[in-house]
Amino acid sequence: MKFSNVMATAGEWLRGEGPHHQIVVSSRVRLARNLRNRPFPGWAKKAERTSILDLVRPRVEELTEMQDSFSEGLQELSALERQVLVERHLISREHAAKGVGSAVVMNRRQTLSIMINEEDHLRMQSIRSGLQLKQAFKLVDKIDSALESKLEFAYDPRLGYLTACPTNVGTGMRASAMLHLPGLVLSELINQVIQAVSKIGLAVRGLYGEGTEAMGNLFQISNQTTLGEKEDEIINRLSKVIETIIEKEHDARQVLLQKKSNTLWDQIGRAYGVLTYAHAMASKEALNLLSIIKLGVDLGAFPEDRRLPIDELFIDIQPAHLQKSSQQKLNAEERDHLRAQIIRERLKLFPKPDISKMARESGNGSIAQDLK
Amino acid sequence: MLCDVCKCNDATVFLTQILEGKMQKVNLCDACSKEKGVQDPTGFALADLLLGIGAAEEIEKGASTQKCPVCGFSQADFKKTGRLGCSACYITFAEGLNTLLKAMHKGTEHVGKFPQHAHRAMELNNRMRALTENLQKAVAAENYETAASLRDQIKQLESDLAS
Repeated sequence: MKFSNVMATAGEWLRGEGPHHQIVVSSRVRLARNLRNRPFPGWAKKAERTSILDLVRPRVEELTEMQDSFSEGLQELSALERQVLVERHLISREHAAKGVGSAVVMNRRQTLSIMINEEDHLRMQSIRSGLQLKQAFKLVDKIDSALESKLEFAYDPRLGYLTACPTNVGTGMRASAMLHLPGLVLSELINQVIQAVSKIGLAVRGLYGEGTEAMGNLFQISNQTTLGEKEDEIINRLSKVIETIIEKEHDARQVLLQKKSNTLWDQIGRAYGVLTYAHAMASKEALNLLSIIKLGVDLGAFPEDRRLPIDELFIDIQPAHLQKSSQQKLNAEERDHLRAQIIRERLKLFPKPDISKMARESGNGSIAQDLK
Repeated sequence: MLCDVCKCNDATVFLTQILEGKMQKVNLCDACSKEKGVQDPTGFALADLLLGIGAAEEIEKGASTQKCPVCGFSQADFKKTGRLGCSACYITFAEGLNTLLKAMHKGTEHVGKFPQHAHRAMELNNRMRALTENLQKAVAAENYETAASLRDQIKQLESDLAS
């Protein structure tokens, strides 16, 4: 499969309609694995890294799930192509900085991506739409079991799977969900939630993981610890916390509808106005406004069939996607113009926000329905 | 009090995290706290931070000039990168790492998935131990026929283990 194929189709997780997909954009589970007694990628010399890659890559490519896969050495990908993969969460920012001796293999549906020689020899990730951590784990667990018969993984009976960074040792598993929480942000409750979540050993991060800013009211929640707890226990604990946050988000939206409806209409109206008529827009502003439109769809101000175009815009307006689709390198100013243009075009078919619809829908409990 | 990161400026930010009843303290100066993203509650995790500071010290306690026999990694390298050299480093630097892992994780022992080969190896090892014991008993009892048969079984098992 070629890169143009990857580019042409959005990942299945974006189009899918997993449970709680209005609030949970995606669920991801990744496992870190290493080969026994071989230097970790960060410590290995180039020749060693290459020899590890040559050993691992064919084993990954021959997996049944990787039939018709996209498999490429990092040095073969342009900086822009790597950034596109980062924007789709198919590789990490760290991996995008790698070159000779590192590779990425992913399946056609973009539900499974395996980074070779990132921080660990293998980083296997499964990504699903909505809240589906268990299903995501199941797939990546199956891949791990298939690979362990062909490769000898570094494992210690007491410490579990051994990883380059001691924070990942044990299960080597990081489970995370991307949550869209405009209600909690607008009602200024988000910091409370973040603090509460941090206290129980879970991490809250921005759009692209560690150390990144929260944009578009998107937050990643993941497990912080990997040793001393079984995989399914970690996933259950995380899922429960996420379900609680979903409830809080719905509550916050209800309160906004009932007590601050004018503020809410104003926000949605302004977001619609600016997105429809602006001629220059930075990523951050665009994401924040699109987030409000997405909230509008959730609340019934826009028809349900407008959801996908908005979700797609979240990805398509990011810097690398913009440049890749326009087939040229653009400076920041040109990107902002192009971004505004794409948004205007996509919103042409978008009806004006229907506030009467929104008020009515909030009354007949459409929000409560989503929770069941 | 000096900053735990740069060790030259006075610490002005004092952090305490209590997780599962275990307390962690870190003292930072203004510049380092900003650099580490401490003021941004969304991007901050004490465990990540501790890796850069406490980890290297813990490891120093364990082994002063030791190098990993498999990959040649040293504690100074860990101080620099916050990452280990290879899987054998977990044995080389076990002493220091154990304290670190205890502070970082929920438990100290892995209870999750294990690779099948590890399971098989464990079973084979247990059988080997039993056979060796029996062999010693048979030799002590001058029961050479049994001993010969046990010796053959051990040889077979050794070749299984090697494969």
